[in-house]
Amino acid sequence: MSILVGNDTRLLVQGITGNQGLFHSEQMIAYGTNVVAGVVPGRGGQWALGNVPVFDTVCEGVTATDANTSIIFVPAAFAPDAILEAADAGIELIICISEGIPALDMARVRAYLDTTDAMLIGANCPGLITPGEAKVGIMAGHIHTPGSVGIVSRSGTLTYEVVYALTARGIGQSSAVGIGGDPIKGLNFLEILAMFEADSGTEQVVLIGEIGGTDEQNAADFIAHQMKKPVTAFIAGQTAPPGKRMGHAGAIISGGEGTAEEKIDALRSAGVKVARHPEEIAELVAQNL
Amino acid sequence: MKLHEYQSKRIFAQYGIPIPDGDVASTPAEARAIAERLGRPVVIKSQVLVGGRGKAGGIKLAKTADEAEAVAGQILGMEIKGLTVKKVLVDEAADIRSEIYLGVVLDRAKRQVAIMASSEGGVEIEEVAAKTPDKIVTVHVHPLLGLQAYQCRNLAFGIGLPKEHIRDFTKIAQSLYNVFVESDASLAEINPLIINGDNKLQAVDGKILLDDSALPRHKELAAMRDPDEDSPAEIEARENDLSYIDLDGEIGCLVNGAGLAMATMDVVKLYGGNPANFLDIGGGAGAEKVTAALSIILRDDRVKAVLINIFGGITRCDEVANGIVEAIRTLDVQVPFVARLVGVNEEEGRQILAESNLITASSLSEAVQKVVAAAKGESA
Repeated sequence: MSILVGNDTRLLVQGITGNQGLFHSEQMIAYGTNVVAGVVPGRGGQWALGNVPVFDTVCEGVTATDANTSIIFVPAAFAPDAILEAADAGIELIICISEGIPALDMARVRAYLDTTDAMLIGANCPGLITPGEAKVGIMAGHIHTPGSVGIVSRSGTLTYEVVYALTARGIGQSSAVGIGGDPIKGLNFLEILAMFEADSGTEQVVLIGEIGGTDEQNAADFIAHQMKKPVTAFIAGQTAPPGKRMGHAGAIISGGEGTAEEKIDALRSAGVKVARHPEEIAELVAQNL
Repeated sequence: MKLHEYQSKRIFAQYGIPIPDGDVASTPAEARAIAERLGRPVVIKSQVLVGGRGKAGGIKLAKTADEAEAVAGQILGMEIKGLTVKKVLVDEAADIRSEIYLGVVLDRAKRQVAIMASSEGGVEIEEVAAKTPDKIVTVHVHPLLGLQAYQCRNLAFGIGLPKEHIRDFTKIAQSLYNVFVESDASLAEINPLIINGDNKLQAVDGKILLDDSALPRHKELAAMRDPDEDSPAEIEARENDLSYIDLDGEIGCLVNGAGLAMATMDVVKLYGGNPANFLDIGGGAGAEKVTAALSIILRDDRVKAVLINIFGGITRCDEVANGIVEAIRTLDVQVPFVARLVGVNEEEGRQILAESNLITASSLSEAVQKVVAAAKGESA
């Protein structure tokens, strides 16, 4: 078992003929992901990577292939449009990799998505993977191994670091979800934690947060009241100076809200074990086995 | 990106928000000319992108043009929190009857724009929030509806504004919201919004922060960037599409990914070191970018050792290794390097580095312990 993606994923790639789109589609197919369609306006009727049909619109792609999941590789300026197009075409799960979408655009997109059944992951995220079944994202597939630890994270490469340490200890993962570092995004810690709690294939959860905002504090509240499965956490940016933007738009401390200390305190009070460094997560997870 | 007070207020004025008459000066003579034109007492305000200008002596009154020239002479060239004052704003001195706060901000938790108003203007809103939170009235704006007139009235009546100002206040609130949305800001603030001697509302001080992600579609705003906001290294990094922030430690850090870069800094601190910088080379960086990044790090003479922590995914370890080798070949490297490359093409990366006589490590903790020791001149 797993969450969100797996053997029943039928993936459509928006922007499949771009550099990133093409490279990662190839990687996803090599991992075993069922990539059923690509969409590039004006390239309908062509084929990508030998046997993936390309359509002009997401709507055509869905009608022809029954795609249920979409991954977006288009430049940030076109990404809000691509997300809305996927939602209107009936895609259930949309993963947006594109980085640099203005926050107010995402506020509008998210307000609209809330009126539909579509779920969004990202933007500015590495995507998600269910090891051994489907990789819908840009992470290195080979460092993952199937198992029962669910991972949810705001950071890409930091997640790889943790997964690598887990796999090195022989601890597998049910699904690993990168929710992205932007201030306004799709699914957040809460929704993913609820899915892991309900998933029979997940026995414990790792949460990787960072400075900025209050998402981790809200997650702590949820863990304290709604979760029975053990949670281990790490918060990046404990030594970051206030007011400086650290690469992720979300990682900014301002007005005494969103420091690592506040987040760590909230998580500890909720009974979460908080690691001092990323590699310690694997040790703490091992103690729960 | 931050805008100066004078830039923010000019934008406010374009949207019909009343501001004091005044102009910006780079020399005492220019300040004098502005004061002469205004023909009344003025306030001379240093234009630097930090808070606490008043306390630092960077805001002063001048009754005459002579005085304005003298005061501008004192303030120009002054250092405030490490920044040199290069411009002053010369505004007609305000006759303040009462001070209001009005700010528009992105509330990320609610995923909406929030507008805050308070009768306690003139002090930082964080301070009001801490001491008298009931004095702040907030409304949230639905992204697909925009600000409604009743919401502006809720703010105006909520802060107990006298009736004769309600109409002007709602206009100003609507305009400030429009400034925020149309400039893709993350903050647009008037503090204080005063009721002046003529019993009119006026924006005496203002601040705008812009969403960096939206700058590509606001060329005119992007052009307002003050190069002094960032250090020369930060500017060079931005030109090379690197995310770099100066810190004051002794260990230079080169990492891929913002989260991993922050975590690497945390681990450096955990083992008794201090990071000299935050540096994220981003996803898919090639050798050239790595060389540029190392050149920026090495220019900081406080750096005693460099830690390279790469988790390959989109970024390939062999590309990074080539960049390191090139940097060592072309730059004057006087400090030890500790490299840890894991993930895609790590074997190839290690082979490339094998001839370069670097300290290597396989885990993050090991790498950090080695670099902390190397910075102290010890071999780990």
